[in-house]
Amino acid sequence: MARIIVVTSGKGGVGKTTTSAAIAMGLAKRGHKTAVIDFDVGLRNLDLILGCERRVVYDFINVINGEASLNQALIRDKNCNLLYILPASQTRDKDALTHEGVGKVLDELSKDFGYIVCDSPAGIEKGANLALYFADDAFVVTNPEISSVRDSDRMLGILSSKSRRAERNEEPIKEYLLLTRYDADRVKLGEMLSLEDVQEILSLELLGIIPESKSVLSASNAGIPVILDEKSEAGQAYADVVARYLGEKLPHRFIDGKQGFLRRLFGGRK
Amino acid sequence: MANTSPTLEFKSSTFFAPILILYTNDMIAIEQTLYEKINLAPDFFKDSPLMIDLRELNKLNLDLDFAQLAQLLRRVGFFPVGIRGGNEQQNKQARVLSLPIDTVRELGNPIIIGETQKQESTQQPLTQPEVAAIKEPKEPVQPAAIPPVSATTILVTQPIRSGQRIYASGDLIILSQVSAGAEIMAEGNIHVYNTLRGRALAGVHGNTAARIFCFDLQAELISIAGDYKTSEDLNKQTYNSPVQIYLQNHALIIKEIA
Ligand SMILES: Nc1ncnc2c1ncn2[C@@H]1O[C@H](COP(=O)(O)OP(=O)(O)O)[C@@H](O)[C@H]1O
Ligand SMILES: [Mg+2]
Repeated sequence: MARIIVVTSGKGGVGKTTTSAAIAMGLAKRGHKTAVIDFDVGLRNLDLILGCERRVVYDFINVINGEASLNQALIRDKNCNLLYILPASQTRDKDALTHEGVGKVLDELSKDFGYIVCDSPAGIEKGANLALYFADDAFVVTNPEISSVRDSDRMLGILSSKSRRAERNEEPIKEYLLLTRYDADRVKLGEMLSLEDVQEILSLELLGIIPESKSVLSASNAGIPVILDEKSEAGQAYADVVARYLGEKLPHRFIDGKQGFLRRLFGGRK
Repeated sequence: MANTSPTLEFKSSTFFAPILILYTNDMIAIEQTLYEKINLAPDFFKDSPLMIDLRELNKLNLDLDFAQLAQLLRRVGFFPVGIRGGNEQQNKQARVLSLPIDTVRELGNPIIIGETQKQESTQQPLTQPEVAAIKEPKEPVQPAAIPPVSATTILVTQPIRSGQRIYASGDLIILSQVSAGAEIMAEGNIHVYNTLRGRALAGVHGNTAARIFCFDLQAELISIAGDYKTSEDLNKQTYNSPVQIYLQNHALIIKEIA
C-alpha cells in the first residue's frame, strides 16, 4: 500500500510544485517507487519542472475518464526510473476531477507504488480539496509571511475535517510544515516572519526550511528538480526534508542564512 | 447505474441571527450607525443574516418604509432574513418582500440602533461545526446557570484552525489553540487552555452568566450573551496571562486569573 502525500498550502506561488517535484524525486532516489500527480488542472506545470512536458500523451483526466490506462499515462522520469509523473490536463474542465475518479486512480497506483505525491492547486476549492482528500500525510508549504501562514492555517482546518480519514474517523492526516522561500536576511530585518513567528500560529512538526535560492529557478528552467542540484542550498534542504520524513534525525539548517566568514570566525550564532 | 440516493431531506436545526432593533425611522441615522457598527467588526458582520425587530419602533408609533430598509440593509452587507414584532401592515409588506415573519418569543441580544452607547449582537452558527469527530463526552452542565436543554459539553483536543467553527449547546472546552479566523461558540461557558486568537462567543442563547476563560487572550472578538469586544478594544497587556471574561451590567469585564 502506498503512502499518499499531499503538498498543499492554500496560497499560490509558495512552492508547492517545486516541493512536489523535489520530494518525489528524493523519495525515488532513495529507492521508493514514487508517483507524483499534478492536480492543477488547466495550469499544468509539474511536467515542466520535471522536464517531461514534451512526452505528455495522456493525462490524469484521460485516466479518470477511462480514455487511457494508467500505464499509458504515467511518464517515467528520465533521471530516475523509480519516479513516475501523472500530468494534469491543460485543456480539460476542472469538473472532470471527481472523488470517485481520483479515488480509483489512487487505489490502482497504491498497488505497486510506495509513495504517491499529490501536487495540490492553490485555493481551498474543489481541486485542492480533492488533492488532500485521500492523503495520509500533508506537507503544508508556507512562506514566512502572514497571508501565507493564515492560508496554511485554513488548509489545516480543512485537512482535519474534510479528508477521508476525518470522515471515517480514522487517525488524522499527519501534518508537517515546510517553510519555503525563507530569506534569513529579510527575517533578520523583520521583513519576514521568523520560524518562531510561524510556529506560534501553526505549531506543526517542521520537516525543513527551504531557503530562497536562485538555483530553484535555474533548476526549473532546466527541467530538473532542484533536489538533484546537490550543490545548492535549496537542493540540500529538500534532501534533508526527505530524510527527515523517512525518519532520520537531522538538525535544521538554513535558519540563520549563510554562515559568512566573519560570523564563522566570531561564532555569530544566535 | 441505479441511483438510490434520496433527492432531499429535511432536518430540524436552529438558526441564529443577530437581531436589529430599530428605535428610529430615520434612514440616514440608521445607515450611519450601521456603518459605525460594521467598522467595529467588519468580519463579524460581513454577509451576516439579520432579523429585524420592529417592536420598539411600533411602540413609538414610527412609520417605516420597509422596502427601503431592506434595500439599505442589503447595501451595507446584511441579509435580512425576517422580521418580528411588526404590525399587520408591516407583516404584509414583509410578505411582499419574501421576508419570513417571526413571532416574537424572547428578545435575543440585539444590535441597537438609535441609542448611542450600547453595541450588541448575537451571532449565528449557520452550519454545524465543520470539525467533526470531536463530539466527546456528554455531561450535564451547570444546572443553575444554563437552561436545561440537553446541554452537551464539547471537549476539543485538536487545534481549531482558521475557517473552522465549533458550536456547543453546553460548555466548550478547548485544549489547543484557536487560530485567528476560527469561531468558537457555546450556549454555556468557553474554556481555552491555550492561546485564543479567533472569535469566542459564550452564552450565545442569552445566558448572561456565561464566562470565557483562556490562557492567552489575543482574540479577534469575544462576546458573552451578545455583548462583545473586538481586538481593538482588548488590552494587549493581558497577553500571555490567563484571564476570565464575564458580564457586569452589559459590560464585558476581563480579569486576570491570579
Ligand atoms: N526556495 C525557492 N527559492 C526561490 N524561488 C522559489 C523557491 N521555491 C519556489 N520558488 C519559485 O516560486 C514560484 C512558484 O513556485 P511553485 O512551486 O510553482 O509554487 P506553487 O506550486 O505553490 O504555485 C516559481 O517561480 C518558483 O521557481
Ligand atoms: Mg503549483
